[in-house]
Amino acid sequence: MSEYLVLIYERESDWENADEEVVGKIMDQHNEFGAKNGAALRGGNALHPTSSATSLRRDSSGELLVTDGAFAETKEALGGYYVIEAADLDEALSIAAQVPAQFGGVEVRPIRVFD
Amino acid sequence: MADAHRREWARVLATTIDVTGDIDLAEECVQDAYSRALTSWRETEIPANPGAWLTTVARRRAIDLVRRRSTQERLLATLIDQNDIDSPSEETDQGLGDDRLRLIFTCCHPALSIETQVALTLKLVCGLTTSEIGRAFLVSEPTMAARITRAKKKIATSRIPYRVPTPEDLPARIDAVLLVVHLVFTTGHAAPSGSDLVRGDLVERSLQLARMLRLLLPDRSDVTGLLALILLTDARRRTRTGPEGDLLLLSQQDRSQWDHSAIEEGTVLVRGALSERPASRFALMAAIAALHAASPSWETTDWNEIVALYDLLLAAWPSPVVALNRAAAVGFAQGPQAGLVALEVLSREPLLSNYSYLASTRAHFLDVLERNVEARAAYEEALEHCENEVERAFLRQRVENLDAREASEDVNRGVIR
Repeated sequence: MSEYLVLIYERESDWENADEEVVGKIMDQHNEFGAKNGAALRGGNALHPTSSATSLRRDSSGELLVTDGAFAETKEALGGYYVIEAADLDEALSIAAQVPAQFGGVEVRPIRVFD
Repeated sequence: MADAHRREWARVLATTIDVTGDIDLAEECVQDAYSRALTSWRETEIPANPGAWLTTVARRRAIDLVRRRSTQERLLATLIDQNDIDSPSEETDQGLGDDRLRLIFTCCHPALSIETQVALTLKLVCGLTTSEIGRAFLVSEPTMAARITRAKKKIATSRIPYRVPTPEDLPARIDAVLLVVHLVFTTGHAAPSGSDLVRGDLVERSLQLARMLRLLLPDRSDVTGLLALILLTDARRRTRTGPEGDLLLLSQQDRSQWDHSAIEEGTVLVRGALSERPASRFALMAAIAALHAASPSWETTDWNEIVALYDLLLAAWPSPVVALNRAAAVGFAQGPQAGLVALEVLSREPLLSNYSYLASTRAHFLDVLERNVEARAAYEEALEHCENEVERAFLRQRVENLDAREASEDVNRGVIR
C-alpha cells in the first residue's frame, strides 16, 4: 500500500461567488465522499483562501523575506487536500475521481517514503 | 538473432518484469540473455524455441539479482508482490501472453503523456533502442533517454500497476493502447517531417504490435479493425512514391502493384470487425481502406459509399481530421465545387489551422476548377505548414504546373510577357 496526496485546485473566485446553498451542497458531497471512502482516508483539510496566506523565503543574502499572499499567483489555487491510502495508482485515481471539485480539479501525488 | 529479438523481446521482458518487479532491472537481465545467446548460439545450434531459452536465461539471472538485491536497500518500489519471486509460475503460452498484455497496458497508461506512451511501448514492447526511437521522432538521444527515464521513474514512484485493467476499465484502456499503435503507424506511414515519405521501420513495428494485440485480444472488434486498417493502408506502400521518390496520389498509383495478400488478409479481418455494432472507429477506417483496395481503379471508386462511411466515422469519432477526409470524399463524390463548400466549414477549425492537408485539399479542388490564383495561394499555404520533403516537392510541382498552364493560356490569348 502507498499513500497519495490528493490536492484540490479550484478557482477561488467561483467559491467567493457561490451562494450558501451551493456551498452547503459541496459540503454534503465532501461528507459523502468521506463516509464512502473512510477505509482509505488518512487525513484531509480545507484551507482558507490564498488571501490569508503568508509566504516566507530567503533572498540571495540569506535575509528572510515575509510577503503577503501565496507562493505563486494562479487562477486555480490549492484549497484543500486529502491523504489517501491505495494499493496502486489506478486505485488512487478511482478514489480521487470522487473528490468534489466542481470549480477546478484535483492533482494526485504519491507521498515519498524515506526508509 | 535479429528475428528472435523482434519476435521474442516483449515476451521475454514481460515475464522477467514478473520476477524483478522493476523494469530497469528486467531490461538489464534481458539484454544480458540476448548477449549470452549471441555467443552460445554461435557455438551450439539455435534452440528449437528461442523465446523459451531467452526467458529461462533472463529469469534465472533476474532471480539471482533480486535475491542478492533484496538484502540491500531497494530504492525503487516494486511492481509486484515479493512473494512471487521465489515461486515463478510455469511458462505456459497463455501465461506469457498475459504478461505481454500487462506490459502493454503499463506502457500505455493514461497517467503518462501520449508521447511517453509511444516511446515506452517502442522501447519495452518492441525492444527498440533509445537512439532508434529518438531518430523516429526527430528527438535527440539524450532527450529521448531523459523522457524514458522520467517515465520509468513515474511508473515506479506513483505505482502504475503492472496488470491487465479491470473489465469496466478495459474498453477505455484498450482504446488508449490502440491510439498509441495507430500513432506509431501514422508517424511511419506519412512521416511528419524529414526526407522519406514512409518510415518502414515504424510501420512494421505498428503492424507487429497490432498482430500481437489481435492474438491476445481476439474477440475485440476494435483491435481487429486496427490490424485490418494497417494492413489495407500499408498494402499501397510501394506505389505511394515514384521511381525518383516523388509522391504519387491514390489516383496515380499502379493498383496491380499493391500488396494483394495484405489486402486479402485485411479484407477478411474488416468483415469480422464490422459484424459488431456499433462499428468501432478503427473498423470504419479499415472499411474505407478496404473499399479503395477493392476498387479496380480510381475512376470506379464508390465515393458515395465512402462518404457514407465517413459520416458513420464522424459520428463515432468527431475529429476535425476525420471531417477533413470526409470533405475531400464529398468533393470526389459530388464534384470539386461541393468539395470546396464542405471544406469551407472547416476553415475556422483551430485544430486544422496548421494542418497542411486542409490547404492542399482546397488547392486541389481549386486547381481542378482552374481557379489558378486561388489554387496557387492555397498550395503556398500548404507549403508553409508542410515539413515532409517528399510532400513539399509534390506541392511545388503543382505550383509549377499552374505556372505552365497560365503561360500556355496567355499564349493562346496572344498575351506577350
